[in-house]
Amino acid sequence: MSHPPLVEVRDLAVSYRVAGERVKALKQVTFSLAPGETLAIVGESGSGKSTLANALLGLLPGNARVDQGQVWVEGVDVAHASERTWRTLRGRTVGLVPQDPMVSLNPTLRIGRQVAEALVLARGRRYRGVDADVQALLAQVGLDAPALRARQYPHELSGGMRQRVLIAIALAGEPRLIIADEPTSALDVTVQRRILDHLQQLTAERGIALLIITHDLGMACDRADRLLVMKQGEPVELATPRQVLWGAQQPYTRALLNAAPAFVPRRRPRAQPGQPLLRLHNVGKQFALPAPAGTFTALQGLSLSLHAGQTLAIVGESGSGKSTALRIALGLETPSTGHVEYSGVDVSGYSWRQFRPLRRRVQLVQQNPFAALDPRFTVYDSIVEPLVAFGLLKGPALEHKAVELIRRVGLPEQFLDRLPRELSGGQRQRVAIARALALAPEVLLLDEPVSALDVSVQAQILALLDDLQRELKVAYVLVSHDLAVVASMADQVLVLCHGQVVEQGPAAQVLGHPGHPYTQALVAAIPGHSRSVLPVAV
Amino acid sequence: MTVDIPLPPIEAVPATQGRTRHAGRAATPWQRRTRLQRAVQALAPLLRKPGFSLALLVVLFALLAALVPQVLTGFDPYATSPADKLVAPNAVHWFGTDELGRDLYTRVVYGARLSILAALLAVAIALVGGLGLGVLAGFAGGRTDALLMRLVDVLLALPGLLLALAIVTAIGFGTVPVAVAVGVGILPGFARTTRGEVLRIKTLPYVEAARLGGASWVRTLWRHVLPNAWGPVAVLATLDFGAAILATAGLSFLGFGAAPPAAEWGTLIANGRHFLITAPWVSLLPGLFLVAVVFSLNHLARSAEEHAR
Amino acid sequence: MKGYLAGRLAQAVLVLWGAYTLTYFILYLLPGDTLAIMLSASGMEADGLSAQELAQARAFYGLDKGVFEQYFALLWGALQGDLGQSLSLGRPVTALLAERLPQTLALAGTAIGLSLLAGVGLAYLTAYVQWRPLKAALARLPSLGFSVPVFWMGLLLIQVFAFGLGWFPATGSQGTASLVLPAITLAIPSAAVYAQVLQRGFQGVWQEPYIATAFAKGLSRAQVQARHGLRNAALPLLTLVGLQVGNTVSGAVLVETIFSRNGVGRLAQEAVLRQDIPVVLAIVAVSAAAFVVVNLIVDLLYPYLDPRITHTAKVS
Repeated sequence: MSHPPLVEVRDLAVSYRVAGERVKALKQVTFSLAPGETLAIVGESGSGKSTLANALLGLLPGNARVDQGQVWVEGVDVAHASERTWRTLRGRTVGLVPQDPMVSLNPTLRIGRQVAEALVLARGRRYRGVDADVQALLAQVGLDAPALRARQYPHELSGGMRQRVLIAIALAGEPRLIIADEPTSALDVTVQRRILDHLQQLTAERGIALLIITHDLGMACDRADRLLVMKQGEPVELATPRQVLWGAQQPYTRALLNAAPAFVPRRRPRAQPGQPLLRLHNVGKQFALPAPAGTFTALQGLSLSLHAGQTLAIVGESGSGKSTALRIALGLETPSTGHVEYSGVDVSGYSWRQFRPLRRRVQLVQQNPFAALDPRFTVYDSIVEPLVAFGLLKGPALEHKAVELIRRVGLPEQFLDRLPRELSGGQRQRVAIARALALAPEVLLLDEPVSALDVSVQAQILALLDDLQRELKVAYVLVSHDLAVVASMADQVLVLCHGQVVEQGPAAQVLGHPGHPYTQALVAAIPGHSRSVLPVAV
Repeated sequence: MTVDIPLPPIEAVPATQGRTRHAGRAATPWQRRTRLQRAVQALAPLLRKPGFSLALLVVLFALLAALVPQVLTGFDPYATSPADKLVAPNAVHWFGTDELGRDLYTRVVYGARLSILAALLAVAIALVGGLGLGVLAGFAGGRTDALLMRLVDVLLALPGLLLALAIVTAIGFGTVPVAVAVGVGILPGFARTTRGEVLRIKTLPYVEAARLGGASWVRTLWRHVLPNAWGPVAVLATLDFGAAILATAGLSFLGFGAAPPAAEWGTLIANGRHFLITAPWVSLLPGLFLVAVVFSLNHLARSAEEHAR
Repeated sequence: MKGYLAGRLAQAVLVLWGAYTLTYFILYLLPGDTLAIMLSASGMEADGLSAQELAQARAFYGLDKGVFEQYFALLWGALQGDLGQSLSLGRPVTALLAERLPQTLALAGTAIGLSLLAGVGLAYLTAYVQWRPLKAALARLPSLGFSVPVFWMGLLLIQVFAFGLGWFPATGSQGTASLVLPAITLAIPSAAVYAQVLQRGFQGVWQEPYIATAFAKGLSRAQVQARHGLRNAALPLLTLVGLQVGNTVSGAVLVETIFSRNGVGRLAQEAVLRQDIPVVLAIVAVSAAAFVVVNLIVDLLYPYLDPRITHTAKVS
């Protein structure tokens, strides 16, 4: 690099004090960042990437300590800098675009005041025309009607709009570096892509360096000039995207690359003709709203049929009606129109009691493995609960069945005694799958089964689901927003948008040659998909 | 009611049983851990905190005094000794003596029986009534919920002590009426907390999972909702046990409690206020003991709550 | 908004009516001979009267009518501002209340102000202090505050500040100086509750990502706490102020008794001792009314403090 580096980190080590012991979060991290450069720091949870971001902002929590090393920002070592020094740097030299836009704005202050606060701090004093500057800034980050937005409160804006406001706040101090901490992971894919494009364009125009913290290797390769891959607090590899994609040096990087489900629709023999296990015919759902609003249509005209051993994926972003579809199929909601059939029998109007015998044939794996298990139940209690509730097994037989189930999902039987809080996310999801399998169902509904998990764990869970399907011939309905996951699992794909089915058909056809503009946008938004350098794509 | 859908081939279940038996032959080294073992594991870190242990000791002392006061003191609580009246605290009379020469420490220890039992009765009334109302409202929802919550609103609108005063006016003075009155006064808080917890837990994914696993509402309530709702309610019960001690003491301080010579803590404090200038310990030391017990209860509740988080 | 207001008002009236009714049935229907209680309250012994005199007395107190007839007669009177006659003092309850209420309002008002000041101040300090031992000690202070019985605290303050230092009068209701000790006594438990809730509020808010956003702008710790922390942490406090009205009234009964102040609280204590049922009913009803009104105001204030809450129908 010809320029002197803007940020230089040398041999940095940070540790936390947890329950009286020091836990190392960062070890020997060394890298530098040139002005205007975009660097991505990639790692899974526990890799120390967020600690690194906080260290660069001087925002490490109270129980953290910089053990050794230096952090040079514009030629000043700030590793042990005072709060006063940091305050001059924050906002004006280093800006932050935080992780979750939904909770990163003060809910009780107007947007305009929050942006103005950053502007006033950067200038050092209040000044006339700050309102005009606020509106100009809001317009620059791509918000319509900036004068209106400035008067609104955060809860009146969508997630994408809030993220734009946060970008405006980061830009307000005209910093030389912006740290974007998982800037879009809480947003829908199509919104993600637009926001990242906009952010990169703004920083490029202004010559601001960008440090992207992410778990998504594909996205990092798309966006960054260089990547720093981290694992458990240690840097694993520092390379350009091209180097990473064409020949990552480190096995861990390669593992991460392979773990990310490649966007390759799977091709399998078509479903055997015959009676479908589950059939939804022209299903719609309306919810009543308070008086003046009338009704809200969550779902309309959904028809699908599922055959044994097949996977049908329902794709959609938040608010698309995919959860409603799932709840209708499970008999938790009654459809307003249309009907649901299991093995040719219409069950649409069934009460819970009437539906109960069906529970042995259709089970659900929930979205969030952290909330899906009763915190007071051991793994054993959770797994056997359906068997106990139906009174199918008891005594030693029950215990043997539990052992069998836990082995089936690839966990050691000693785990039966653990409580959910003693398990990792992936392990919890395995337990949830074991519980769903306890009644030996024919149909398993998977509600975003891997969206809360790290990429490498995702791959393991997807592999497990694939194994189970092959061995037990169980049919899946997969609900997901992640097209890569869908592509790796689905035989049939159904795309939902605002409660309407926009496209439906075999996976290879829908994902390979999307006909509807919305599907095309979804496919284009897959990180890594747009890059020609990607050897693993399509 | 009947479902004419063919169930999965029945051999599915026996088949798994068959497999289970097979697995049974390979003797499993895994054994279930008992609930006791898990409880001990959960409590151990708390007991290692000195503040928690100390608070626990104070509360246990008060409970012991309520059950077997004679173990903790050699004096007779009612034996007067005019020669020793209003003696300041010393090695023999730890808390000094009152205007009739009765040992004050002994009277505090014996007073624990009435005060603690009244508080226990009050909390029991509040707990049973509050849990019942809260679970019913949270589970039934709809009109039942609205109706019960309006009732709780009404109870909340009546200041606790005044409601207690009204009850005491109607059913007379004494320890039991006071306890009943205090119990009714803290009942709405329990009902609200329980309802809130039930409503929160009812929507959690694991409850839905249990329902989808075929568990009935009753089973879900017993196995999932109540055990998980119990934490905050138990904390509130501990806090309110302290509050009930204070409230019963307040009522007996006002003169609505047990008749003399029996003494609750509130009566002792009220009795001492006539000698505030000459012998301040007569009302201040029993009060200090009361503060220690209630503070310890609050500390236990708070530690348990922080530990759960 | 209008619809909400009407609904909320109706609910307030309903709660007030419920409170009045419940108290009435507690006082008049629970075991215990109402006539005997009333006679002894007026200074007569039921045993010494002939059957005819008893019947007369029954008619005089309106006890010869049916339960509901009595109830509606009382309710109708209460709606017109007539709360009946005191049995022991022989005066209209309304007049008694009018005489005593200003004392209690002054006491309760001062106490509520003091408790808010002390509670918010303590919590703000706790959040700002960074030295761990002091922070831990400050965090424990509220639990001590509501472990102390109001009446005992009053005695302690009298002992120290009236008898010991002689700064304030021990008892009485004349002048501002006599208000200081009772108001402090009454304020302590509420202050402890406010401090505890606000401390927790700060603890929670301090973990919120928007605090990190604020720090990243370059704000100092004091600025972040004042501009972004306080308001969000204090939101639950408003509801609590409403709920604490009940506790303040309860405390006033004890405090006025200890400090011999001529307020409604002391009137309540005396009325119960003399089993003066109409007075007790009136005081409970007035307190419930105060509670309902304050909580109504709190609910109406909420949207101004928390923009996320609106009382207009939502369109999603």
